[in-house]
Formats: sequence, structure tokens, C-alpha cells
Amino acid sequence: MHLTLLLSTVVVAAPLIYAFLGSTQTRAEAYTYPPRIAPGSGLVQNFQHAWQLGLGRMMLNSTWISLVVTVGKTALALLAALALVYFEFPWKGAVFFFILVTLMMPVPVRIVPLFNLAASLKLGNTYWALILPFLASATGTFLFRQHFMSIPHSLVDAARIDGAGPLRFLMKILIPMSWNTIGALAVIEFVYMWNQYLWPLLIISSPDKQVIQIGLKLLRSPEEAIQWGMVMAGSVMAIMPPLLLFLLLQEQFMHGFALSEEK
Amino acid sequence: MASKFKGRLLPFFLLLPTFVILTVFLYYPQIETFILSTYQVAFFGLRKTFVGIGNYLSLFQSPDYLYSVMVSLIFSGGVLLLSMSGGLGLALLLNKKIKGARIYRMALIWPYALSPAVAGLIWLYIFSPNSGVVNYALGTLFNIQPNWIGNPTLALLLVIFTAAWKQLGYNIVFYLAALQNVPGQVLEAATIDGANAFQRFWRVTFTLISPTTFFLVITDLVYVFFETFGMIDIMTAGGPVNATNIMIYRLYQDGFRYFETGLASAESAILFVMMVILTWIQFRIQRKWVYYA
Repeated sequence: MHLTLLLSTVVVAAPLIYAFLGSTQTRAEAYTYPPRIAPGSGLVQNFQHAWQLGLGRMMLNSTWISLVVTVGKTALALLAALALVYFEFPWKGAVFFFILVTLMMPVPVRIVPLFNLAASLKLGNTYWALILPFLASATGTFLFRQHFMSIPHSLVDAARIDGAGPLRFLMKILIPMSWNTIGALAVIEFVYMWNQYLWPLLIISSPDKQVIQIGLKLLRSPEEAIQWGMVMAGSVMAIMPPLLLFLLLQEQFMHGFALSEEK
Repeated sequence: MASKFKGRLLPFFLLLPTFVILTVFLYYPQIETFILSTYQVAFFGLRKTFVGIGNYLSLFQSPDYLYSVMVSLIFSGGVLLLSMSGGLGLALLLNKKIKGARIYRMALIWPYALSPAVAGLIWLYIFSPNSGVVNYALGTLFNIQPNWIGNPTLALLLVIFTAAWKQLGYNIVFYLAALQNVPGQVLEAATIDGANAFQRFWRVTFTLISPTTFFLVITDLVYVFFETFGMIDIMTAGGPVNATNIMIYRLYQDGFRYFETGLASAESAILFVMMVILTWIQFRIQRKWVYYA
């Protein structure tokens, strides 16, 4: 059993290890035959080269855009779930349905009008175009709503007796009790945003505003002889932030998302 | 349900930001997609002619479009088969009480954090015709060195492998979570009743985790249909000769390379209808399972 697991781990991890090795090889080392399965001498040079071609700037763009969207989305979802669980108001079911239905509208199924809309709002080639359309989240609202409903309602009464308003209740009681869900959502949303490809490809035209995924496409473009060392260095760079966050919040991800009864 | 806060205005303001974003950036373009899909748009939007269902008719009569539908079906079938059976198999192993299970788990699920574009680049590197390690091995063992992205069948196979590998971690996470919720007593009872290991798995475990299987079928399909765009773009750009031209990639070409705005909108609308059907099935099945449990 250990053997099977060990073998599977190797099979799953091999491509990444090979990519790491590739990122250390100079141009000559990458094109040796038989292929070299050992670290080469071009690590620093490859990363420098990729960074200078604009990938450094794109890494920073991707990082701050993903952070802003993750934080913004989490905040909006918390507020919406607070209203849906702890208040009574007309048409509540319809409002929840209105939010939930957007699960069926990923970017590609509304891409043409979204592009026209962004253009007419003068959002073309701006960071706003990468942030605004992603700020509201049905997934987040849904996860927080599920989680809030599992928190004992007597806490609300206690808070009211103590004279705490809804926002104070959110800050002092709900958020401290929701770290698993917040962590899980942070992973999902950060990875989702970091990996966006089609939308930035269409809406951003200047390289200094572009995101890292499209930067990788630009590295690969010259068809003749791909500089594998540099391309793999760029890939390794692009993997790091989401991978670190994922490994850091792995437990929260498992407990806040996968193990919650409904997704 | 007495434990509520009072106030009419506050919940409105709490929901307002979500409402505005969803209306402007999701509902409006979604509705506009259907409207645009009934027009033929030429000269970069300067001339619009109403054509009713004309765009849909020409899509369903276009061999190229039907071909991309077929490629999408083969692609999604292959990816689901590989990544779900692999995910379940590995989750079963990880669920056993063994030393280092946490380390194995971490080592197996991290590809979730990878982007499809990066996964595409890495696999392109491994399978690169003249400097990749796979072709070296094949050349040494069997004296063949196929050009993976130059051959239609091989290119489709390669993107299927890549997409399945990237999704494996996600499937493991959810199968593992589901397996941990299977009560031990039920399995014990089955053992006492004389069920062998295979029966225990098939009759008990597999049945109890089937809601997760359905959930994963839907999320994996959404992944294959929409998220793999970057992978296809970086690996094959839909080629060779449309062999990997899945529906979303064709939509991109029609809408943003040939500027067939109306046609691309119709393609979007078709994908949206598909999403609605998938979501509806998922909700039906989940509700059924809530009653069952």
C-alpha cells in the first residue's frame, strides 16, 4: 500500500519536479540529448531573464489584484450572508435565489457583452476591469450562509442583550467563529483569480498591466525554439503564490469547504 | 426563528454591493448575450441585422461547430474518466490508517493550486518532441519519437492527460472528505453479514459517496468546458486541424479573432443553457440525497 501511494505521489509530483529541474538549465543544457535530469547551472540567469522580460511586473499585478478581489469578495459575501441569516425582510427567498443563479454564469457564457460593457464603461485596459466583475460571489455568500445557520441562534439574543448591533456582532462573534470558512474561501478565490486567463487576455492590452498567466503565454510565443529554461523559470514563479497559500491553509480548505455537508 | 436583528434599511444596505455587481456584470451581460445572439453583426459592431434564430441554425449546420462539440465531448469524457477514477482510487488509499497519511495527502492534492496554463506549459515541456524526457524514453525503448502536438490524435490525448492531472488533486480532496464521513459501523455490519471487500466497497462505500461523485461530475465538467481555455491556448491553440478546438476555444476564435459577435453570442448562449441543465440536475440529485440520508 505504501508502495502504491509512493508510486502515485511520484507520478503526480514528477512533472513539477521536472519543471523545477528545467528551470535550472541553461539553453544548451535544456537541449542536450539524452535530456538532462539533473539541476543545471542557469537557475539565477533564467529567473533574471524571465523577470526582466516583464514577468516581475506581471507577478506584482497578479498578486495585488488577486489579494484585492479575495478580500473584497470575502467582505461582500460576509455582509450578504449576515443580511440573509440574521434579518427578516420581504422577498428574502427571491433575493437568495437571485444570488445563487449567478453560479450558472461563468465569464465565458457572457464574454461578448461583458467585453462590450467594459469597453463602454471605459474599463478597457485598466485594473478595474480585472477587479470589478469578480467582486460579488455566489459561492462565498452560500458558504457563509450555510455556516452562519449552524451557529446557535441564542448568540444573537446574548449579543442583543449586551447591546451589540449587527455589525458589532459580525466583527466580534461571527468572524472569529468563521475562520475555517474564511480560510477555505480565501484559497478558492485567490487561486481562481490568480488563474484567470481568458478575460485578462481580452481586456488588457499593455504588458505593464497584464497578469502573470498571459505573461507565460508571451514567453512561449516564439515558435522556433522555446527557451525552456526561462519558460520553466516563469512557470515555477507563477506557481509559487497560490501553492504557498494552499499549503498554508490546507486544513481550513479541507474543513471549511470539502467537509461542509453542502457545497 | 425569533433571534433576528431588527431593521429594514440595514439588510438592504448589506446586500446592495453584491446586488449591484451581480446586476451590472453578470445579469446584464447574460441577458445581452441572448439578445446579441439574434443579430448578425458586421463591421466591428457598426451594422446589426436581426436574424432571429439564424445564428443557431448556421451553427448546427456548420460541420466545424459540430466537430468542436464532438471534441468537447471526447475531451470531457476522457478527463472525467481519468481524474475521477484516479481521484477515487487514491482517496481510498489515503483513507486507510497509515503512517504519514498527511504527508501523502499534501503530496497528492497540490496540483489543485496550479493554473491550467502552467500545467499546459509543464506537460508541453515533458512531451516536447526533440528535448522532452518522454520522447527520449520512447525513442530508447521503442525507437519512436512522436510529434505530440503535431498529430491530431496525440494532441487530443496530451491535453486530456494534462487536464486530468491538474484536476486530480481537487477530486482527491472531495472523495477523501466523503470517505471520512462513511460511518465505520455500516462497514462492520456489512462484514458481519458476510460481504467481501469488493461488495463492501461497491454496495456500501460507493453508494454512500455517490452524492460526491455527482457533485464532482458537475464541477469537473464546468472545469473542462470553461477553465481549460488557458491550457488549450498555450498548448495547441485548438490545433492541429481543430483536433483540440473545444467549444470555448472556438467561441473565442469566432468572437475575438473573426469578430463574428452574433455567432459567438449564440455559442455563449448554448454553453449557458448547458450550465443551466447541469446545475438543475445537480440540485435535483442533491435534494434527493438529502431525503435519502
